[in-house]
Amino acid sequence: MIPASFEYVRAGTIEEAVAALREHGDEAKLLAGGHSLLPLMKLRLATPEVLVDIGRVDAMKGVCETDDGRLAIGSMTTHQDVMDDPLVREHCGVLAEVTAMVGDAQVRHRGTLGGALAHGDAASDLPAAILALDGTFTVEGPDGRREIAARDFFVDYLTTALQDDEVVVEVRVPKLDGDWGWRYEKFSRVSQAWAIVGALGLVKRTNGTIEEARVGLTHMGAVPVRASAVEDALAGNGPDAIADAAQHAADGTDAPSDLNATSAFRQHLARVLTRRALEAAAG
Amino acid sequence: MTNVQITVDGTTYEDEVEPRLLLVQYLRDVLGKTGTNIGCDTSNCGACTVHLDGRSVKSCTVLAVQADGATVDTIEGLASTDGAGGDGDATAGWHPLQRAFHTEHGLQCGYCTPGMIMAAADLLRENPDPSEEEVRHGLEGNLCRCTGYVNIVKAVRTAAAELRGEEVGA
Ligand SMILES: Cc1cc2nc3c(=O)[nH]c(=O)nc-3n(C[C@H](O)[C@H](O)[C@H](O)COP(=O)(O)OP(=O)(O)OC[C@H]3O[C@@H](n4cnc5c(N)ncnc54)[C@H](O)[C@@H]3O)c2cc1C
Ligand code: FES
Ligand code: FES
Repeated sequence: MIPASFEYVRAGTIEEAVAALREHGDEAKLLAGGHSLLPLMKLRLATPEVLVDIGRVDAMKGVCETDDGRLAIGSMTTHQDVMDDPLVREHCGVLAEVTAMVGDAQVRHRGTLGGALAHGDAASDLPAAILALDGTFTVEGPDGRREIAARDFFVDYLTTALQDDEVVVEVRVPKLDGDWGWRYEKFSRVSQAWAIVGALGLVKRTNGTIEEARVGLTHMGAVPVRASAVEDALAGNGPDAIADAAQHAADGTDAPSDLNATSAFRQHLARVLTRRALEAAAG
Repeated sequence: MTNVQITVDGTTYEDEVEPRLLLVQYLRDVLGKTGTNIGCDTSNCGACTVHLDGRSVKSCTVLAVQADGATVDTIEGLASTDGAGGDGDATAGWHPLQRAFHTEHGLQCGYCTPGMIMAAADLLRENPDPSEEEVRHGLEGNLCRCTGYVNIVKAVRTAAAELRGEEVGA
Protein backbone atom coordinates (compact mmCIF):
# COMPACT_ATOMS: atom_id res chain seq x y z
CA MET A 1 0.00 0.00 0.00
CA ILE A 2 1.40 3.34 -1.03
CA PRO A 3 0.32 6.75 0.22
CA ALA A 4 -1.02 9.30 -2.27
CA SER A 5 1.62 11.74 -3.53
CA PHE A 6 2.49 14.70 -1.36
CA GLU A 7 5.03 17.47 -1.19
CA TYR A 8 7.66 16.86 1.48
CA VAL A 9 8.96 19.73 3.60
CA ARG A 10 11.58 19.17 6.27
CA ALA A 11 11.48 21.68 9.11
CA GLY A 12 14.72 22.35 10.97
CA THR A 13 13.19 24.54 13.66
CA ILE A 14 9.84 25.13 15.33
CA GLU A 15 9.55 28.46 13.51
CA GLU A 16 10.04 26.74 10.14
CA ALA A 17 7.35 24.21 11.00
CA VAL A 18 4.88 26.94 11.96
CA ALA A 19 5.73 28.92 8.82
CA ALA A 20 5.15 25.87 6.61
CA LEU A 21 1.81 25.16 8.27
CA ARG A 22 0.82 28.77 7.86
CA GLU A 23 1.78 28.76 4.19
CA HIS A 24 -0.10 25.58 3.29
CA GLY A 25 -3.09 25.85 5.62
CA ASP A 26 -5.29 22.81 6.02
CA GLU A 27 -3.61 21.05 3.09
CA ALA A 28 -0.58 20.42 5.31
CA LYS A 29 -0.01 17.94 8.12
CA LEU A 30 2.86 17.65 10.54
CA LEU A 31 4.78 14.38 10.41
CA ALA A 32 6.21 13.34 13.78
CA GLY A 33 6.95 9.62 14.21
CA GLY A 34 4.40 8.82 11.54
CA HIS A 35 2.96 5.86 13.41
CA SER A 36 -0.57 7.15 13.36
CA LEU A 37 -0.41 9.27 10.23
CA LEU A 38 1.44 6.96 7.80
CA PRO A 39 -0.90 3.97 8.34
CA LEU A 40 -3.85 6.31 7.61
CA MET A 41 -2.09 7.65 4.51
CA LYS A 42 -1.32 4.14 3.26
CA LEU A 43 -5.03 3.34 3.51
CA ARG A 44 -5.71 6.69 1.80
CA LEU A 45 -7.88 7.67 4.75
CA ALA A 46 -5.62 10.72 4.99
CA THR A 47 -4.33 12.43 1.84
CA PRO A 48 -2.47 15.57 2.94
CA GLU A 49 -0.94 17.52 0.05
CA VAL A 50 2.02 18.64 2.12
CA LEU A 51 3.84 16.80 4.89
CA VAL A 52 5.93 18.93 7.22
CA ASP A 53 8.48 16.60 8.82
CA ILE A 54 9.41 17.75 12.34
CA GLY A 55 11.53 14.67 13.06
CA ARG A 56 14.72 16.70 13.11
CA VAL A 57 13.60 19.55 15.32
CA ASP A 58 15.94 18.83 18.22
CA ALA A 59 14.49 21.66 20.30
CA MET A 60 11.36 19.50 20.71
CA LYS A 61 13.23 16.43 22.02
CA GLY A 62 14.09 15.52 25.58
CA VAL A 63 12.97 16.33 29.10
CA CYS A 64 13.88 19.18 31.46
CA GLU A 65 12.75 20.70 34.75
CA THR A 66 10.86 23.99 34.54
CA ASP A 67 11.10 27.06 36.78
CA ASP A 68 7.68 26.30 38.23
CA GLY A 69 8.81 22.87 39.41
CA ARG A 70 7.30 20.72 36.68
CA LEU A 71 8.75 18.51 33.95
CA ALA A 72 8.63 19.73 30.36
CA ILE A 73 8.71 16.86 27.86
CA GLY A 74 9.47 17.82 24.27
CA SER A 75 6.70 16.68 21.96
CA MET A 76 9.16 14.89 19.63
CA THR A 77 10.48 12.70 22.45
CA THR A 78 9.85 9.10 21.43
CA HIS A 79 7.89 6.78 23.68
CA GLN A 80 11.10 4.82 24.36
CA ASP A 81 12.98 7.98 25.36
CA VAL A 82 10.15 9.02 27.70
CA MET A 83 10.32 5.59 29.36
CA ASP A 84 14.11 5.72 29.71
CA ASP A 85 14.36 9.32 30.88
CA PRO A 86 15.83 9.65 34.40
CA LEU A 87 13.72 12.74 35.27
CA VAL A 88 10.50 11.05 34.19
CA ARG A 89 11.39 7.91 36.12
CA GLU A 90 12.25 9.85 39.26
CA HIS A 91 9.42 12.40 39.31
CA CYS A 92 6.62 11.02 37.16
CA GLY A 93 7.05 7.25 37.03
CA VAL A 94 3.39 6.80 36.18
CA LEU A 95 4.01 8.31 32.75
CA ALA A 96 6.86 5.87 32.10
CA GLU A 97 4.60 3.00 33.12
CA VAL A 98 1.72 3.99 30.84
CA THR A 99 4.08 4.70 27.95
CA ALA A 100 5.59 1.23 28.28
CA MET A 101 2.14 -0.17 27.49
CA VAL A 102 1.79 1.69 24.19
CA GLY A 103 1.93 -0.60 21.15
CA ASP A 104 5.10 -2.68 20.87
CA ALA A 105 8.85 -2.04 20.99
CA GLN A 106 9.13 -1.00 17.34
CA VAL A 107 6.20 1.41 17.70
CA ARG A 108 7.72 2.90 20.85
CA HIS A 109 11.01 3.51 19.01
CA ARG A 110 9.27 5.76 16.44
CA GLY A 111 6.06 7.12 17.97
CA THR A 112 6.28 10.34 19.94
CA LEU A 113 4.48 11.76 22.96
CA GLY A 114 3.36 14.86 21.06
CA GLY A 115 2.12 12.86 18.09
CA ALA A 116 0.14 10.49 20.28
CA LEU A 117 -1.58 13.41 22.03
CA ALA A 118 -2.11 15.66 19.00
CA HIS A 119 -3.68 12.80 17.07
CA GLY A 120 -6.57 12.72 19.55
CA ASP A 121 -7.31 9.02 19.15
CA ALA A 122 -9.92 7.88 21.67
CA ALA A 123 -8.13 4.54 22.09
CA SER A 124 -4.72 6.06 22.73
CA ASP A 125 -3.33 5.46 26.22
CA LEU A 126 -1.40 8.67 26.80
CA PRO A 127 -4.21 11.24 26.69
CA ALA A 128 -5.86 9.72 29.79
CA ALA A 129 -2.52 9.81 31.61
CA ILE A 130 -1.84 13.47 30.78
CA LEU A 131 -5.42 14.30 31.78
CA ALA A 132 -5.08 12.50 35.12
CA LEU A 133 -1.81 14.34 35.74
CA ASP A 134 -3.48 17.72 35.02
CA GLY A 135 -0.79 18.26 32.39
CA THR A 136 -0.61 21.23 30.07
CA PHE A 137 0.35 21.67 26.43
CA THR A 138 2.68 24.42 25.25
CA VAL A 139 1.77 25.16 21.63
CA GLU A 140 3.35 27.58 19.19
CA GLY A 141 1.63 29.34 16.29
CA PRO A 142 2.24 32.40 14.13
CA ASP A 143 1.32 34.67 17.08
CA GLY A 144 3.63 33.02 19.57
CA ARG A 145 3.04 30.51 22.32
CA ARG A 146 0.06 29.65 24.46
CA GLU A 147 -0.63 27.03 27.07
CA ILE A 148 -3.64 24.70 26.92
CA ALA A 149 -4.77 22.61 29.91
CA ALA A 150 -5.23 18.93 29.16
CA ARG A 151 -8.94 19.13 30.09
CA ASP A 152 -9.42 21.72 27.31
CA PHE A 153 -7.14 20.08 24.74
CA PHE A 154 -9.18 17.02 23.75
CA VAL A 155 -12.31 18.28 21.99
CA ASP A 156 -13.83 15.39 20.05
CA TYR A 157 -12.91 12.24 18.17
CA LEU A 158 -9.57 12.99 16.38
CA THR A 159 -10.10 16.67 17.19
CA THR A 160 -8.06 18.82 19.57
CA ALA A 161 -7.96 22.50 20.49
CA LEU A 162 -4.99 22.98 18.13
CA GLN A 163 -5.37 25.40 15.24
CA ASP A 164 -4.21 24.30 11.75
CA ASP A 165 -1.03 26.35 12.09
CA GLU A 166 -0.09 25.38 15.64
CA VAL A 167 2.59 22.95 16.78
CA VAL A 168 2.68 21.21 20.16
CA VAL A 169 6.12 22.13 21.45
CA GLU A 170 6.10 20.43 24.83
CA VAL A 171 3.91 18.81 27.42
CA ARG A 172 4.24 19.78 31.07
CA VAL A 173 3.47 17.41 33.91
CA PRO A 174 3.85 17.87 37.66
CA LYS A 175 6.51 16.21 39.74
CA LEU A 176 4.70 13.82 42.01
CA ASP A 177 5.85 14.77 45.52
CA GLY A 178 4.89 12.57 48.41
CA ASP A 179 3.78 8.96 48.52
CA TRP A 180 1.99 8.32 45.22
CA GLY A 181 1.04 4.92 43.84
CA TRP A 182 -0.33 4.12 40.39
CA ARG A 183 -1.45 1.39 38.03
CA TYR A 184 -2.70 1.45 34.46
CA GLU A 185 -5.10 -1.39 33.67
CA LYS A 186 -5.38 -1.83 29.92
CA PHE A 187 -7.88 -4.28 28.50
CA SER A 188 -7.17 -5.29 24.91
CA ARG A 189 -7.83 -8.20 22.61
CA VAL A 190 -4.25 -9.22 21.89
CA SER A 191 -0.89 -8.30 23.38
CA GLN A 192 0.08 -5.19 21.40
CA ALA A 193 -3.43 -3.99 20.55
CA TRP A 194 -5.13 -0.73 21.39
CA ALA A 195 -7.18 -0.41 24.58
CA ILE A 196 -10.81 -1.50 24.44
CA VAL A 197 -10.91 0.31 27.78
CA GLY A 198 -8.06 1.54 29.94
CA ALA A 199 -8.19 2.83 33.52
CA LEU A 200 -5.38 4.70 35.22
CA GLY A 201 -5.51 4.91 39.01
CA LEU A 202 -3.23 7.47 40.66
CA VAL A 203 -3.35 7.71 44.45
CA LYS A 204 -1.64 9.91 47.02
CA ARG A 205 -1.36 8.00 50.25
CA THR A 206 -1.05 9.52 53.72
CA ASN A 207 -0.98 7.44 56.91
CA GLY A 208 -2.99 4.59 55.40
CA THR A 209 -5.66 6.82 53.89
CA ILE A 210 -6.16 8.11 50.39
CA GLU A 211 -5.45 11.83 50.47
CA GLU A 212 -6.18 12.24 46.78
CA ALA A 213 -7.28 9.85 44.03
CA ARG A 214 -7.29 10.47 40.31
CA VAL A 215 -8.76 8.22 37.65
CA GLY A 216 -8.20 8.68 33.92
CA LEU A 217 -10.22 6.54 31.48
CA THR A 218 -9.25 5.57 27.93
CA HIS A 219 -11.82 4.81 25.20
CA MET A 220 -14.89 5.58 27.31
CA GLY A 221 -15.96 8.31 24.87
CA ALA A 222 -14.61 10.42 22.04
CA VAL A 223 -12.10 11.99 24.43
CA PRO A 224 -10.33 10.78 27.57
CA VAL A 225 -12.26 11.41 30.79
CA ARG A 226 -11.68 11.64 34.52
CA ALA A 227 -13.94 9.47 36.71
CA SER A 228 -14.65 12.37 39.03
CA ALA A 229 -17.42 10.61 40.99
CA VAL A 230 -14.89 7.95 41.97
CA GLU A 231 -12.24 10.53 42.80
CA ASP A 232 -14.63 12.50 45.04
CA ALA A 233 -15.85 9.39 46.84
CA LEU A 234 -12.30 8.37 47.77
CA ALA A 235 -10.67 11.56 49.03
CA GLY A 236 -9.98 11.18 52.74
CA ASN A 237 -11.09 7.53 52.88
CA GLY A 238 -9.24 4.27 53.34
CA PRO A 239 -8.56 1.72 50.60
CA ASP A 240 -11.63 -0.26 51.75
CA ALA A 241 -13.78 2.42 50.09
CA ILE A 242 -12.39 1.59 46.64
CA ALA A 243 -14.76 -1.24 45.69
CA ASP A 244 -17.89 0.87 46.25
CA ALA A 245 -16.42 4.01 44.74
CA ALA A 246 -15.34 2.18 41.57
CA GLN A 247 -19.01 1.33 40.89
CA HIS A 248 -19.32 4.94 39.72
CA ALA A 249 -16.47 4.74 37.19
CA ALA A 250 -18.77 4.83 34.15
CA ASP A 251 -21.04 7.60 35.50
CA GLY A 252 -21.47 10.36 32.95
CA THR A 253 -19.40 8.63 30.26
CA ASP A 254 -20.49 8.15 26.67
CA ALA A 255 -18.80 4.87 25.80
CA PRO A 256 -18.90 3.87 22.13
CA SER A 257 -20.07 0.52 20.77
CA ASP A 258 -17.89 -1.08 18.09
CA LEU A 259 -16.73 -4.49 16.86
CA ASN A 260 -14.70 -5.05 20.02
CA ALA A 261 -17.25 -4.13 22.67
CA THR A 262 -20.71 -2.76 23.25
CA SER A 263 -21.15 0.40 25.25
CA ALA A 264 -22.57 -1.62 28.17
CA PHE A 265 -19.55 -3.95 28.19
CA ARG A 266 -17.24 -0.93 28.17
CA GLN A 267 -19.06 0.47 31.20
CA HIS A 268 -18.61 -2.85 32.97
CA LEU A 269 -14.91 -2.86 32.07
CA ALA A 270 -14.49 0.70 33.34
CA ARG A 271 -15.86 -0.28 36.76
CA VAL A 272 -13.76 -3.44 37.05
CA LEU A 273 -10.54 -1.92 35.70
CA THR A 274 -10.90 1.19 37.87
CA ARG A 275 -11.27 -0.97 40.97
CA ARG A 276 -8.22 -3.05 40.06
CA ALA A 277 -6.14 0.00 39.18
CA LEU A 278 -7.01 1.83 42.40
CA GLU A 279 -6.48 -1.20 44.61
CA ALA A 280 -3.02 -1.68 43.13
CA ALA A 281 -2.27 2.04 43.33
CA ALA A 282 -3.35 2.32 46.97
CA GLY A 283 -1.59 -0.90 48.03
CA MET B 1 11.77 13.80 -5.92
CA THR B 2 13.98 14.13 -2.86
CA ASN B 3 17.61 13.20 -2.51
CA VAL B 4 18.44 10.74 0.26
CA GLN B 5 21.69 9.32 1.55
CA ILE B 6 21.26 6.20 3.64
CA THR B 7 23.86 3.76 4.94
CA VAL B 8 22.45 0.25 4.65
CA ASP B 9 24.38 -2.72 6.02
CA GLY B 10 27.57 -0.71 5.96
CA THR B 11 27.31 0.72 2.43
CA THR B 12 26.22 4.30 1.81
CA TYR B 13 23.72 4.81 -1.01
CA GLU B 14 22.48 8.02 -2.55
CA ASP B 15 19.22 8.09 -4.49
CA GLU B 16 16.45 10.33 -5.71
CA VAL B 17 13.21 9.03 -4.25
CA GLU B 18 9.57 10.01 -4.23
CA PRO B 19 8.70 11.27 -0.74
CA ARG B 20 5.95 8.67 -0.46
CA LEU B 21 8.38 5.76 -0.97
CA LEU B 22 8.40 3.59 2.15
CA LEU B 23 11.72 2.54 3.64
CA VAL B 24 10.89 -1.13 3.07
CA GLN B 25 10.25 -0.44 -0.61
CA TYR B 26 13.51 1.46 -0.83
CA LEU B 27 15.35 -1.52 0.62
CA ARG B 28 13.61 -4.12 -1.55
CA ASP B 29 12.83 -2.36 -4.83
CA VAL B 30 15.55 0.27 -5.11
CA LEU B 31 18.47 -1.53 -3.44
CA GLY B 32 17.29 -5.06 -4.26
CA LYS B 33 17.76 -6.13 -0.65
CA THR B 34 14.81 -8.49 -0.45
CA GLY B 35 15.88 -10.11 2.83
CA THR B 36 13.48 -7.77 4.61
CA ASN B 37 9.92 -8.99 4.06
CA ILE B 38 6.59 -7.22 3.82
CA GLY B 39 3.89 -9.09 5.71
CA CYS B 40 0.80 -7.17 6.75
CA ASP B 41 1.80 -3.78 5.34
CA THR B 42 -0.32 -2.31 8.18
CA SER B 43 2.32 -1.86 10.94
CA ASN B 44 1.21 -4.93 12.85
CA CYS B 45 3.25 -8.02 11.97
CA GLY B 46 6.87 -6.90 12.29
CA ALA B 47 8.07 -8.90 9.24
CA CYS B 48 9.62 -5.68 7.91
CA THR B 49 11.64 -4.94 11.07
CA VAL B 50 15.06 -3.35 10.52
CA HIS B 51 17.30 -1.24 12.74
CA LEU B 52 17.18 2.52 12.16
CA ASP B 53 20.12 4.16 13.91
CA GLY B 54 20.35 1.08 16.07
CA ARG B 55 16.73 0.68 17.16
CA SER B 56 14.19 -1.80 15.77
CA VAL B 57 11.49 -0.20 13.63
CA LYS B 58 8.81 -1.38 11.21
CA SER B 59 10.16 -0.25 7.85
CA CYS B 60 6.69 -0.35 6.26
CA THR B 61 5.79 2.57 8.54
CA VAL B 62 8.82 4.78 7.87
CA LEU B 63 9.33 6.90 4.77
CA ALA B 64 12.67 6.59 3.02
CA VAL B 65 13.02 10.38 3.32
CA GLN B 66 12.71 10.06 7.11
CA ALA B 67 15.77 7.79 7.04
CA ASP B 68 17.87 10.31 5.12
CA GLY B 69 21.29 10.52 6.77
CA ALA B 70 20.58 7.52 8.96
CA THR B 71 22.09 4.08 9.34
CA VAL B 72 19.87 1.12 8.52
CA ASP B 73 20.78 -2.46 9.38
CA THR B 74 18.87 -5.34 7.86
CA ILE B 75 18.94 -9.11 8.21
CA GLU B 76 21.25 -9.18 5.18
CA GLY B 77 24.04 -7.47 7.09
CA LEU B 78 23.81 -9.55 10.25
CA ALA B 79 26.09 -12.45 9.35
CA SER B 80 29.79 -11.72 9.08
CA THR B 81 30.15 -14.01 6.04
CA ASP B 82 27.64 -15.46 3.60
CA GLY B 83 27.77 -18.72 5.49
CA ALA B 84 29.45 -20.68 2.74
CA GLY B 85 32.59 -20.81 4.84
CA GLY B 86 35.26 -23.45 4.87
CA ASP B 87 35.50 -26.59 7.00
CA GLY B 88 32.09 -27.67 5.71
CA ASP B 89 30.38 -25.47 8.31
CA ALA B 90 27.49 -23.85 6.45
CA THR B 91 26.70 -21.68 9.45
CA ALA B 92 30.16 -20.17 9.89
CA GLY B 93 29.89 -16.44 10.37
CA TRP B 94 26.20 -16.50 11.15
CA HIS B 95 24.99 -14.30 13.97
CA PRO B 96 24.19 -16.33 17.12
CA LEU B 97 20.50 -15.52 16.59
CA GLN B 98 20.59 -16.92 13.06
CA ARG B 99 22.31 -20.05 14.32
CA ALA B 100 19.90 -20.48 17.24
CA PHE B 101 16.79 -20.09 15.04
CA HIS B 102 18.29 -22.88 12.95
CA THR B 103 19.25 -25.26 15.76
CA GLU B 104 16.14 -24.64 17.89
CA HIS B 105 13.75 -24.85 14.91
CA GLY B 106 12.59 -21.27 15.47
CA LEU B 107 11.00 -21.16 12.03
CA GLN B 108 8.80 -23.15 9.72
CA CYS B 109 7.94 -21.17 6.58
CA GLY B 110 10.52 -18.55 7.57
CA TYR B 111 8.51 -15.54 6.46
CA CYS B 112 8.53 -13.82 9.85
CA THR B 113 12.14 -14.77 10.58
CA PRO B 114 14.08 -11.74 9.27
CA GLY B 115 11.87 -9.43 11.31
CA MET B 116 11.88 -11.72 14.36
CA ILE B 117 15.66 -11.85 14.36
CA MET B 118 16.10 -8.10 13.94
CA ALA B 119 13.58 -7.40 16.72
CA ALA B 120 15.29 -9.98 18.92
CA ALA B 121 18.74 -8.48 18.23
CA ASP B 122 17.58 -5.10 19.56
CA LEU B 123 15.88 -6.77 22.52
CA LEU B 124 19.11 -8.61 23.46
CA ARG B 125 21.14 -5.45 23.16
CA GLU B 126 18.90 -3.89 25.81
CA ASN B 127 18.45 -7.00 27.92
CA PRO B 128 21.22 -9.60 27.47
CA ASP B 129 19.51 -12.17 29.72
CA PRO B 130 15.76 -11.98 29.20
CA SER B 131 13.35 -14.38 30.88
CA GLU B 132 10.84 -16.26 28.76
CA GLU B 133 8.24 -13.68 29.78
CA GLU B 134 10.52 -10.82 28.75
CA VAL B 135 11.21 -12.38 25.35
CA ARG B 136 7.49 -12.83 24.72
CA HIS B 137 6.75 -9.26 25.77
CA GLY B 138 9.74 -7.88 23.84
CA LEU B 139 8.63 -9.59 20.63
CA GLU B 140 4.95 -8.68 20.90
CA GLY B 141 5.26 -6.57 17.76
CA ASN B 142 6.18 -9.62 15.67
CA LEU B 143 3.65 -12.18 14.50
CA CYS B 144 4.41 -15.74 13.46
CA ARG B 145 1.64 -17.75 11.84
CA CYS B 146 3.48 -21.08 11.91
CA THR B 147 5.53 -21.93 14.96
CA GLY B 148 3.36 -21.09 17.95
CA TYR B 149 6.34 -19.08 19.24
CA VAL B 150 7.70 -21.73 21.64
CA ASN B 151 10.81 -22.44 19.59
CA ILE B 152 11.27 -18.77 18.73
CA VAL B 153 11.46 -17.94 22.43
CA LYS B 154 13.87 -20.85 22.94
CA ALA B 155 16.05 -19.67 20.06
CA VAL B 156 16.27 -16.13 21.41
CA ARG B 157 17.27 -17.37 24.86
CA THR B 158 19.83 -19.77 23.38
CA ALA B 159 21.34 -16.95 21.34
CA ALA B 160 21.33 -14.73 24.41
CA ALA B 161 23.35 -17.32 26.31
CA GLU B 162 25.85 -17.58 23.47
CA LEU B 163 26.16 -13.81 23.23
CA ARG B 164 26.86 -13.70 26.98
CA GLY B 165 29.75 -16.08 26.31
CA GLU B 166 28.18 -19.21 27.75
CA GLU B 167 28.76 -22.65 26.27
CA VAL B 168 25.83 -23.64 24.04
CA GLY B 169 25.32 -27.29 23.09
CA ALA B 170 25.21 -28.06 19.37
C1 LIG C 1 0.92 -1.09 15.42
C2 LIG C 1 0.65 0.13 16.25
C3 LIG C 1 0.16 -0.03 17.54
C4 LIG C 1 -0.09 1.08 18.35
N1 LIG C 1 -0.58 0.87 19.59
C5 LIG C 1 -0.84 1.94 20.39
C6 LIG C 1 -1.35 1.75 21.72
O1 LIG C 1 -1.55 0.63 22.18
N2 LIG C 1 -1.60 2.86 22.46
C7 LIG C 1 -1.36 4.11 21.99
O2 LIG C 1 -1.57 5.07 22.72
N3 LIG C 1 -0.86 4.33 20.76
C8 LIG C 1 -0.60 3.26 19.95
N4 LIG C 1 -0.10 3.47 18.69
C9 LIG C 1 0.10 4.85 18.21
C10 LIG C 1 1.47 5.34 18.55
O3 LIG C 1 1.56 5.67 19.91
C11 LIG C 1 1.79 6.57 17.71
O4 LIG C 1 3.15 6.77 17.79
C12 LIG C 1 1.13 7.86 18.13
O5 LIG C 1 -0.25 7.73 18.20
C13 LIG C 1 1.38 8.97 17.16
O6 LIG C 1 2.65 9.48 17.34
P1 LIG C 1 3.56 9.79 16.09
O7 LIG C 1 4.75 10.51 16.60
O8 LIG C 1 3.80 8.57 15.33
O9 LIG C 1 2.64 10.85 15.29
P2 LIG C 1 2.30 11.00 13.75
O10 LIG C 1 1.66 9.79 13.23
O11 LIG C 1 3.48 11.53 13.03
O12 LIG C 1 1.22 12.18 13.87
C14 LIG C 1 -0.08 11.94 14.38
C15 LIG C 1 -0.93 13.19 14.22
O13 LIG C 1 -0.51 14.22 15.12
C16 LIG C 1 -0.08 15.38 14.43
N5 LIG C 1 1.11 15.86 15.15
C17 LIG C 1 2.21 15.13 15.40
N6 LIG C 1 3.08 15.84 16.15
C18 LIG C 1 2.52 17.04 16.36
C19 LIG C 1 2.92 18.22 17.07
N7 LIG C 1 4.10 18.29 17.70
N8 LIG C 1 2.09 19.29 17.09
C20 LIG C 1 0.89 19.22 16.46
N9 LIG C 1 0.45 18.13 15.78
C21 LIG C 1 1.24 17.06 15.73
C22 LIG C 1 0.19 14.93 13.02
O14 LIG C 1 0.00 15.97 12.09
C23 LIG C 1 -0.83 13.82 12.83
O15 LIG C 1 -2.08 14.36 12.51
C24 LIG C 1 0.16 2.38 17.86
C25 LIG C 1 0.66 2.56 16.56
C26 LIG C 1 0.91 1.45 15.76
C27 LIG C 1 1.45 1.65 14.39
S1 FES D 1 4.84 -5.45 7.02
FE1 FES D 1 5.50 -3.90 8.37
S2 FES D 1 4.56 -4.48 10.21
FE2 FES D 1 3.78 -5.98 8.84
S1 FES E 1 7.73 -19.32 10.46
FE1 FES E 1 6.03 -18.97 9.16
S2 FES E 1 5.33 -17.05 9.89
FE2 FES E 1 6.82 -17.52 11.33
